[in-house]
Amino acid sequence: MRILVCVKQVPAKDAPIKVAGDGAWIREDVAYETNEPDAYALEEALRQREAHGGEVVALTVGPARAAQVLREALAKGADRAIHVAGDDAHRLDSYAAAEAIARAIAGEKFDLIFTGLQSEDYGYGQTGVVLAELLGIAHATIIMQVQPAAGGVRVKRELENGYFQYLNLPLPAVLTIQSGINKLRYATLMGIKQAKSKPLATVALADLGVSPSLNRQSVAKLYVPVKTKKTELLEGPAKEVAAQLAARLKNDLRVI
Amino acid sequence: MASEHATVLVVAEHRGGKLSAATAEAIAAAQQLAAPWQAAVHAVLLEGAAESGLAAQLARYQLAGVLAARHPALAEYTPEAYTQALQEIVSRRQPRAVLFAHSYQTRDFAPRLATRMARALFGDLTALRVEDGRLTVSRPMFQGRLAADLVVPGEAPAFLSVQIGAFRADRAALAAAPAPIAAEMVAPAAPAAAPEAPFQEAKQAVDLTQAAIIVSAGRGIKEAKNLDLIRALADALGGEVAASRPICDSGWLPMDRQVGSSGQTVAPKLYLAVGISGAIQHLVGMKSSRAIVAINKDREAPIFEIADYGVVGDLFEVVPALIEAVKAAKAGG
Ligand SMILES: Cc1cc2nc3c(=O)[nH]c(=O)nc-3n(C[C@H](O)[C@H](O)[C@H](O)COP(=O)(O)OP(=O)(O)OC[C@H]3O[C@@H](n4cnc5c(N)ncnc54)[C@H](O)[C@@H]3O)c2cc1C
Ligand SMILES: Nc1ncnc2c1ncn2[C@@H]1O[C@H](COP(=O)(O)O)[C@@H](O)[C@H]1O
Repeated sequence: MRILVCVKQVPAKDAPIKVAGDGAWIREDVAYETNEPDAYALEEALRQREAHGGEVVALTVGPARAAQVLREALAKGADRAIHVAGDDAHRLDSYAAAEAIARAIAGEKFDLIFTGLQSEDYGYGQTGVVLAELLGIAHATIIMQVQPAAGGVRVKRELENGYFQYLNLPLPAVLTIQSGINKLRYATLMGIKQAKSKPLATVALADLGVSPSLNRQSVAKLYVPVKTKKTELLEGPAKEVAAQLAARLKNDLRVI
Repeated sequence: MASEHATVLVVAEHRGGKLSAATAEAIAAAQQLAAPWQAAVHAVLLEGAAESGLAAQLARYQLAGVLAARHPALAEYTPEAYTQALQEIVSRRQPRAVLFAHSYQTRDFAPRLATRMARALFGDLTALRVEDGRLTVSRPMFQGRLAADLVVPGEAPAFLSVQIGAFRADRAALAAAPAPIAAEMVAPAAPAAAPEAPFQEAKQAVDLTQAAIIVSAGRGIKEAKNLDLIRALADALGGEVAASRPICDSGWLPMDRQVGSSGQTVAPKLYLAVGISGAIQHLVGMKSSRAIVAINKDREAPIFEIADYGVVGDLFEVVPALIEAVKAAKAGG
């Protein structure tokens, strides 16, 4: 099976997020990492290849810094990588990102395309589904298991409230992968060394005719959410706040 | 577009013969949006060929009508059939906006529908505002750490899905007399393969919905063995242990301890969130708790937005101290 995995670079989970001067994006002087569900998507692709053979290609759309997530994917075992690069590539909405991905892989044939189910920055949760529509192929979302089946693939989809469902899809198909589908591997020293000689192709976003001007939804204003609830914040030495909180639990909430 | 003919469609969701609770929320949002446009709200119901009574349930709401599209290919939800059927209906009815609840099902097909109609789906919306005829919507970004306003372009239709819990179901206006129900013709192709029946992974061993006190651990706990700290606090309080999803994903606690959109929905007297950031998928599972206490080292963590009491600090210092303080308070100290 030939599998494309879309991996996005996003601000690290514990990075201090601050709105930038233009009021529509964040200050970029933060640490970045691979979008969490995308790491699971890559792991799933590698496991499929290890079990059934084939090729795993990692692709990102992002500025120069985003090449790092591809180097990590190669170090973990991806066969090759494609960087769709542009200075404003991180300002694309899911439609424009899906256009960039679709155009970058035109002429290639993948059996499966994995995306994460949601990005941790925009959080649209749409890019995979939009990509499937642009490519005119089947899709399934929030996937927790992937098994090759006669003529296609059998997947386990997560539903609300702890329910699941199996479905069969024809190939090619796009699957949006849920975090926790597998256990992530670490890159080995050997893997990191080998990654240096693996192909990493760079395609200019502009050469694909994609820019934020394709966006169908753009952020007008970014801000710290307005609090709706009155929260009493307790701060200070642990012993003191613990005593204050215990008093609230006893006297105000009456739970102890 | 002449405003007297403006229409807003709201797509109902159902499973096992029942409307989802979020459908009423989407109706409330549609009614709110339609008011400044003086638009007529129609609910859209997609179901199998047989009449189920769902249309009559929708007709209880204050709506200009219920459009019931019935077709054998719609008996089970599939993204292909839903996309095709709704594309037909939207093309025919030319609504100004199409509203959905931002459920897993909507996430599965609505981006496809919007793309097919050369539009975007504005999803996970917490607010809709019409100012000078322009529609501005709000949604979380960066895992709820920031919020964003987006201006929806003027060309109809706008595809909008509202975050679960953001609009109140009890605000959906009911009708004095039932709304008219009309059959809507659609002809979606049968999907390549029907999905299998939904199932639950394992029998739920613990029923967190009955717990009066829940102490819930998040990724701030760092390692499985540190859960002992959470167990000790739960013991001191006489409560149950629960967790955010990553804790259960890692196998540190069984899945039936997970709270959130893909786990259990709880409403205890006290929900104590320890090292949990407060992602929306977690919040939907616990925000109706009578009292919420959060312990988190990041004072900007979204969990503090819904907490009654928040302790900004390192859980590895605060929790041991709290265990002692609770024991002392119980002992009458
Ligand atoms: C479709 C879908 C379904 C989902 N379903 C669920 C669900 O049912 N339930 C669920 O919980 N999630 C669910 N999620 C995942 C959800 O989006 C979040 O990723 C998850 O809730 C985050 O868990 P967390 O808060 O434990 O971890 P993180 O977001 O990593 O937060 C850890 C927190 O711990 C704090 N912390 C770290 N160290 C310390 C310390 N020493 N002392 C104090 N605080 C500390 C940090 O400041 C941070 O706020 C779902 C996601 C999707 C997309
Ligand atoms: N710029 C990008 N580069 C690579 N993959 C992306 C990009 N944007 C989105 N994706 C993929 O699409 C998924 C969903 O993103 P989103 O629609 O933004 O929530 C992510 O988990 C990625 O797998």
